[in-house]
Amino acid sequence: MFAYVVRRLLATIPIMALVAVFVFMLLHMSPGDPAVVIAGDFASVAQVEEIRTQLGLNDPLHVQFLNWAAGLFRGDLGTSIYSGLPVSRLIGQRIEPTFMLTLTTMIIAITLAIPLGVIAAWKVGTWIDRAVMTVAVLGFSLPVFVLGYALILGGSVRLGWFPVQGYTSIFTSFPGFLRHITLPALTLGLVYMALIARMTRATMLEVLNEDYVRTAYAKGLPTRKVLIKHALKNAMVPISTTIGLGLALLIGGVVVTESVFAIPGLGRLTVDAVLRTDYPVIQGVILVFSLTYVLLNLLIDLTYVLFDPRIRY
Amino acid sequence: MSNAPESDAAALQDRNAAPVLEVEDLRTWFDTRDGVVKAVEGLSFDLRPGEILGVVGESGCGKSITSLSIMQLVPTPPGRYASGAIRFNGRDLLKLSPDEMRRIRGNEISMIFQDPMSSLNPVLTVGDQLTEAIILHQGLGYKGAMTRAREMLDLVHIPEPEARLREYPHQLSGGMRQRVMIAMALSCNPSVLIADEPTTALDVTIQAQILALMEEIRDKLQTAIILITHDLGVVAEMADRVLVMYAGRKVEEANVIDLFERPQHPYTRGLMRSVPRVTGGEASAVERLSEIPGIVPALNNLPKGCVFADRCAFVTDRCRREYPPLVDRGERHLAACWESENLPEWTA
Amino acid sequence: MTDRSHDRLQDPPLSARLTENAVAMADALRRNPTMLFGLVVLTVMALLAFGAPYFGLPEPMRQSPIDRLQDPSAAHWFGTDMYGRDLLSRVLHGGQISLVVGLSVAAMATSVGLVIGLVAGFNRRVDAIVMRFMDALMSIPSILLAIALVALWGSSVQNVIIALTIPEVPRVVRLVRSVVLMLRDQTFVQAAIACGTSTTRILFRHIMPNTIPPLIVQATYICAQAVIFEAYLSFVGAGTPPEIPSWGNIMAEGRMFFFQNFGIIMYPGIFLAITVFAINTFGDGLRDSLDPRMKRRI
Repeated sequence: MFAYVVRRLLATIPIMALVAVFVFMLLHMSPGDPAVVIAGDFASVAQVEEIRTQLGLNDPLHVQFLNWAAGLFRGDLGTSIYSGLPVSRLIGQRIEPTFMLTLTTMIIAITLAIPLGVIAAWKVGTWIDRAVMTVAVLGFSLPVFVLGYALILGGSVRLGWFPVQGYTSIFTSFPGFLRHITLPALTLGLVYMALIARMTRATMLEVLNEDYVRTAYAKGLPTRKVLIKHALKNAMVPISTTIGLGLALLIGGVVVTESVFAIPGLGRLTVDAVLRTDYPVIQGVILVFSLTYVLLNLLIDLTYVLFDPRIRY
Repeated sequence: MSNAPESDAAALQDRNAAPVLEVEDLRTWFDTRDGVVKAVEGLSFDLRPGEILGVVGESGCGKSITSLSIMQLVPTPPGRYASGAIRFNGRDLLKLSPDEMRRIRGNEISMIFQDPMSSLNPVLTVGDQLTEAIILHQGLGYKGAMTRAREMLDLVHIPEPEARLREYPHQLSGGMRQRVMIAMALSCNPSVLIADEPTTALDVTIQAQILALMEEIRDKLQTAIILITHDLGVVAEMADRVLVMYAGRKVEEANVIDLFERPQHPYTRGLMRSVPRVTGGEASAVERLSEIPGIVPALNNLPKGCVFADRCAFVTDRCRREYPPLVDRGERHLAACWESENLPEWTA
Repeated sequence: MTDRSHDRLQDPPLSARLTENAVAMADALRRNPTMLFGLVVLTVMALLAFGAPYFGLPEPMRQSPIDRLQDPSAAHWFGTDMYGRDLLSRVLHGGQISLVVGLSVAAMATSVGLVIGLVAGFNRRVDAIVMRFMDALMSIPSILLAIALVALWGSSVQNVIIALTIPEVPRVVRLVRSVVLMLRDQTFVQAAIACGTSTTRILFRHIMPNTIPPLIVQATYICAQAVIFEAYLSFVGAGTPPEIPSWGNIMAEGRMFFFQNFGIIMYPGIFLAITVFAINTFGDGLRDSLDPRMKRRI
């Protein structure tokens, strides 16, 4: 097991290296002069030149890359053009709200989606199944921010149950945190929930046709036990794969959700950086998100052992 | 194989003992887009304690649906029990509530399936799966159930039961898994065991061991067994009585010796002819196999008369008009054929 | 050799295959009312969007400061936005961009992915290199990648389309490659190889037709996703330029005023949701009928 973890971690290195190359190349894939793009339409020649020097754009490409990559190993993600602060520091300041929002969303979405998917599969073909699946497809179809603003309008403005926007750290006040996080988490969670519920239903439908499920019924086990102990445990591997891959959707949604709810997290940082073409920040955020995504999926791969004894590492 | 099986003590059933299971005029139908599929149609039989009843027929003849009907594991809908009664110790199972039925399943009537590879849950330990029914039906605690599980593994001759209990199905061989299935089915001392093609998926040598084990268990525990198979060899070896099914109906029923000596239905004869027989030691003694021409008719569109008419060599106009009733041809040998008396002498 | 094995050696010609799929689709439409519903809704949406210039509505860009942020009325069914522009007109016109983006991204991602996937599936050396690249590309969350690309390339409809296409390509490549790998060892392909058929011919005659049904299904999902992502890009300011109305940038502009007139977000949001819902339902129906093996996937 330990050897496997090490092997898998080593296997992610070339992938992460390629990601780094992509992210680096992003700047150079632009049609024009990157320095001009970053400086904006109204910059003077001197300002463009300053940016060029600051980003080292006068060096040959491979030198630029090596300098940048060497920086990455030191934890140096570059310097923000807009604020002049190190990108790693900017990210560090913003990571807590994003982390907490994502975590809360995952907890809410998973605890709701799996039971819904199981029930839909059990009651397949009935109105319950159709209702769950319709809501799931709707979840895929509604842009995050439409739901977000609707919830703000309903939950905050009309009912006054929740603060309109903003964020309170869990370390400052737990009730405050909960009040601020609920609506964003629901907003962000709908797509993710839809995804997991659909996958749960599809996998459960397949598992419920297996002979061992019939065996379990033949033993006289109650339905609840057959569904959870016998069927769901078998379905967990594909479900957790989806939980992992769906994180990409979640990360995309975070960017928008944080804007809607004015949460000072990485998503807001990204949007602000886009508006200011602050490229080092954009690159840094993408790298951090990608690394997290890859590592979390690795972690999920490792949990397969919990569900399926046939998988040995 | 055409010879009568050696009679053993258990084969001599007391026909007067009260039946443990009586199936009467059972109809299990499926409502599908293409009409009503009559998978089981007017089936009756009974089963006495300690008896082994062989049910034979080609695939799709309703054998498995019959066994699932007794367990009430037929998915409803699309399935439904259109008529009939399944009396277990006098109680009609079709009239029980789902909860009452659950208490019978795996407890008083249990079942083993064809493929031991897929019938055991791959992600639960053998011990987990064995103790489940024991805890549920016998009200034992986890410890007590484990002890009982160990005894059951002993009973089915699994070496080192202690270690096996902690293992997962994929760590066992096919024969071992079927033994585990049998142990699981017997763990609550059922009075009826339904075995649906229990040896089909196994190697020939393992097959013989599993069959021997089932006979041993019948002798030890007086469990009545319904043995569903398409293999006449297995039937000749194991069964006391045999029920031949075709297109959801019983076409012939007799005690095993009588059936093999004088089969009264052309379908039964066809089945027997399609089994290879080696009568002597020489190669020339291997007869040419004959197959039954045609296929089983679609169950949603059965002919009006005898369901076998289209494939029968002895068919008459009457056969196409009217379905033949089951008639006793002596010694409780029932056959549903208008032409039974006109069939040529049976030479095995 | 029996007839059956002959069939397996010689797969049916492409035209027969396409007819077969078309028949399957028509059949599915008849049996699957929700799929028909999806198709009908999509057609209506397309008619509304592309017919918008002929409905006699106010110009979508015409400003009228006196009428700003009005509630729905007989003159302005959906009300007006912060510049007094007619929302109904803007929403209908906006559908053009969203539909064009969705369809273009679906078409481009599937065709590029198809070519790469076919080659990767058939050539082990190419496969090893290409798939590493695809893995890396897939580790970057698609929305972030698209945002970064548009931020750098500048706002334009073409850039949005390309930026949304790039992250989808690896997923298509994976799908095509898996079909190719599965087929490569099957009898009819082996037989074709044994007969000395050229690799190109095998790829295009024997293998490609089999990738079509799952690809069509995948294309519907990509299309649905792209319509939503266009809105996200516009929302974060890296999308369709503001002078062209699209559902995304109408909503993006409306967010500063959502207290005063929620309609600016709600109406395009409803149109977008209905469209995406219709595409998804249509895709689900297609999947169930064209490729039953794919039922397990989502």
